[in-house]
Amino acid sequence: MKKEHWKSLLLTALLFALFIGVWFIATQPKESAQQTAAQDEYAALMGKGAAKSGGFPPPQEIGKAIVNHLSDPFKDNGPNDKGIAIQLGHSLGRVGMGFVLAILVALPLGFTIGMSPLLYRALDPFIQVLKPISPLAWMPLALYTIKDSDLSGIFVIFICSVWPMLINTAFGVANVRRDWLNVARTLEVQPLRKALTVILPAAAPTILTGMRISMGIAWLVIVAAEMLVGGTGIGYFVWNEWNNLALPNVIFAILVIGIVGMALDRCFATLQKLVSYTE
Amino acid sequence: MSFLQVENLAKSYPGNDAPVFENVNLTLDKGEFVCIIGHSGCGKTTILNALAGLEVASDGNIMMDGREVIGPGLDRGVVFQSHALMPWMSVIDNVMFGVRSRWPDWSKAQIEQQATKYLEMVGLGHALHKKPSMLSGGMKQRVGIARAFAIQPKMLLLDEPFGALDALTRGTIQDELLNIVQATAQTVFMITHDVDEAILLSDRILLMSNGPRARIAEIVDVTLPRSRTRHDMHHDPRYYRIRNHLVDFLVSRSKEPKPDGETHPPVVRPGEDGPSATSPI
Ligand SMILES: Nc1ncnc2c1ncn2[C@@H]1O[C@H](COP(=O)(O)OP(=O)(O)OP(=O)(O)O)[C@@H](O)[C@H]1O
Ligand SMILES: [Mg+2]
Repeated sequence: MKKEHWKSLLLTALLFALFIGVWFIATQPKESAQQTAAQDEYAALMGKGAAKSGGFPPPQEIGKAIVNHLSDPFKDNGPNDKGIAIQLGHSLGRVGMGFVLAILVALPLGFTIGMSPLLYRALDPFIQVLKPISPLAWMPLALYTIKDSDLSGIFVIFICSVWPMLINTAFGVANVRRDWLNVARTLEVQPLRKALTVILPAAAPTILTGMRISMGIAWLVIVAAEMLVGGTGIGYFVWNEWNNLALPNVIFAILVIGIVGMALDRCFATLQKLVSYTE
Repeated sequence: MSFLQVENLAKSYPGNDAPVFENVNLTLDKGEFVCIIGHSGCGKTTILNALAGLEVASDGNIMMDGREVIGPGLDRGVVFQSHALMPWMSVIDNVMFGVRSRWPDWSKAQIEQQATKYLEMVGLGHALHKKPSMLSGGMKQRVGIARAFAIQPKMLLLDEPFGALDALTRGTIQDELLNIVQATAQTVFMITHDVDEAILLSDRILLMSNGPRARIAEIVDVTLPRSRTRHDMHHDPRYYRIRNHLVDFLVSRSKEPKPDGETHPPVVRPGEDGPSATSPI
């Protein structure tokens, strides 16, 4: 078991080295910089010299960008020059707010729906129609009604995280084992106590699975949302660096988005483990 | 009037024309241990659930201790066929959950003491803080028994509590149950498939005919001394006569239709030799 673990780790490291190696060789500056006509035209259009858009950046430039950004993550020199930590803080703040709002709505509503087969069936069509709508499709509506880009971002996170949570909560609550409910009934347990001490722990694994899915979607959506509304956040950072044609910075941001997403997912995996039980 | 009185109980499910059982009449005295035996699917669990108040009968009524049974309640302790322990709670928390429901005003120490007492009684004093998933089937079943006993109900309802256990474990827990019941003079209604178990534990055994339209076909009086043990029971000739009678019913007579005009099942004493052994009808 232990040995297998080391083997896989070694293989991961090897693959990573191989990837960097191929990347390095593929991005070596060529003797005769053969640019296509389209690339020339594009460079001219962007008003930049050919030197800057001379191709995909090699790994050492990404390394430089990483060192550069991590050396001063909290800098704040105006709207277009904020440290990566500040931008991440904005994104995580929006995700957090929208997510907490979604919990506040989805948990009680999901509980109610899950306990009542009638409501379950009555609300199912609404949920089925609303669920597959891309959260970004709500953006214009949100911007128009809320008139605040920050709040609109939070709303979009809310709307995309609420469905998986709602559906999983309702499903988890509706499928609590009959036996456990019967135990509570024979013990004359009051409804609130039953909800908190029997139904909630019984449905918790399913609910947390919903939350984990929600968080995954929220982190996907926040980047796109911030590209749309602009101002702050990691999504805006990507957009801004693209406009500067600073590809190393874009790649750095992509890396950061991936790592933060993974960390968020790990958090929920840990929570899932805490509430899971074996029958 | 008996402690428990069941009159003309019937249950039919929508969509099925024939009721699962009908005209079920039975009584239980205080402190009495009664087992019910019948083939799978005849409606034993349904009767027990009706007594527990978990299921509504289609007809008839149930009176316990002078009051009609209309729903589940703390005066009846139920041990479920599938033990029904909450897997996220430790063993003692499962029992404390019941005790706290029964006596909400008790302090935590009192509740813990009561739960510990009953868990020690079923021999689980060493496993108080384990999760149910870490226990064997027999241990889980004993936690379920402790949870039902700890609320000190007026009547215990046991649904095949030892069904999933191997013979050895089964014997041990039967002995424990026998000891506890004799010490506490608990009224017990129990479902079993095991003829020997029924003879060992019961004062009376209800024999149920096959469904649909199942009924209690016969009531067998177990005329062995109350202080019986699994070991010396086998040396008693009455034991064999009772056992043969039960097996004979299950194998060949459980399919027989109801004799005309019979409203209440006959009481038989197959253990006794002579005229009293035959059925009064
Ligand atoms: N929800 C239901 N709808 C229709 N029929 C049902 C329903 N629940 C139980 N039954 C029927 O009622 C009958 C009695 O079921 P019950 O569980 O009481 O049997 P049992 O005697 O406890 O059997 P076993 O010994 O196998 O536990 C069965 O024939 C079953 O098919
Ligand atoms: Mg059954």
